[in-house]
Amino acid sequence: MIRVNGEPHILVSSVSVLLKELGLDKATVATALNGVFVPSAKRDTALLKSGDEVEILAPMQGG
Amino acid sequence: MPLGLYGSEVSSRFLLGTARYPSPAMLEEAIREAGVDIVTVSLRRESLGIDGTQKGSGQAFWSLIRETGARILPNTAGCHSVREAVTTAHMAREVMGTNWIKLEVIADDMALNPDVFGLVEAARILTEEGFSVFPYTTADLGVGERLLQAGCQVLMPWAAPIGSGQGLSDINALKAYRQHFATTTLIIDAGIGRPSQAADAMEMGYDAVLLNSAVARAGDPVLMARAFALAIEAGRAAYKADPIEPYLGAMPSSPLTGMASLS
Repeated sequence: MIRVNGEPHILVSSVSVLLKELGLDKATVATALNGVFVPSAKRDTALLKSGDEVEILAPMQGG
Repeated sequence: MPLGLYGSEVSSRFLLGTARYPSPAMLEEAIREAGVDIVTVSLRRESLGIDGTQKGSGQAFWSLIRETGARILPNTAGCHSVREAVTTAHMAREVMGTNWIKLEVIADDMALNPDVFGLVEAARILTEEGFSVFPYTTADLGVGERLLQAGCQVLMPWAAPIGSGQGLSDINALKAYRQHFATTTLIIDAGIGRPSQAADAMEMGYDAVLLNSAVARAGDPVLMARAFALAIEAGRAAYKADPIEPYLGAMPSSPLTGMASLS
């Protein structure tokens, strides 16, 4: 298992596969793996292992 | 005269936050009514729709903001460490397509005061990486100097704690700040509650005002957005017009010469 935005999720191979599975591969989002920014160009090679924590962030209301 | 920010020019001196509006439609209307050129946006977890919540709520918000045509100033709100703030800035740059960053490094969750040590460090790192940093800071002159040394071209001292609506809580410190940083672009960020307080800041020579809660949480946010826009414009005009100094006593407005002898 991994955690995505704090929620448990089954392990998939990479950040890009995860985004595709969540239907967010074309979305305006930024990603991080275990607290480290993963630029969009590196999502294919950002491989996941059990226990990893992925953050998928989007622009939101802010002051 | 336009406001210059890191080589860009905007006409409005009112920067508006996008949080806590009663509805997205009201946010959009407030942005248009205020005629703002710059809006602040945060970066938060995208909703995944796992727990029954609407999926992709950030996407809808993003398209609404893009449609307004306003320039985006991403923030690092809620970050408590240099590392967190720097990583958030990297992610914001990619996702929002701008190297502008409203840098917040928060010291305390209750006071939401800037951690000025972390702020200076994060500002230095981000400036070296090519970001245009808009630091949310206190009115401390020494910290301001350090931020300039770190490469900031804009300083954003708070008026009062975020969301407090207290207004210019230390007006003498803010006056001294304006005087000390005479040639630096200064934006009042946070703590403003009423348009008259924004006008006061502009009359003191501040270059712009950034606020959110005072509009978003008003009974009529759209009307309040307009009120702030008018006040900021009026304050700026008053500053440019060189106001008179207060005088202890009266000074007749009507000429004394030519008075009739009627007594």
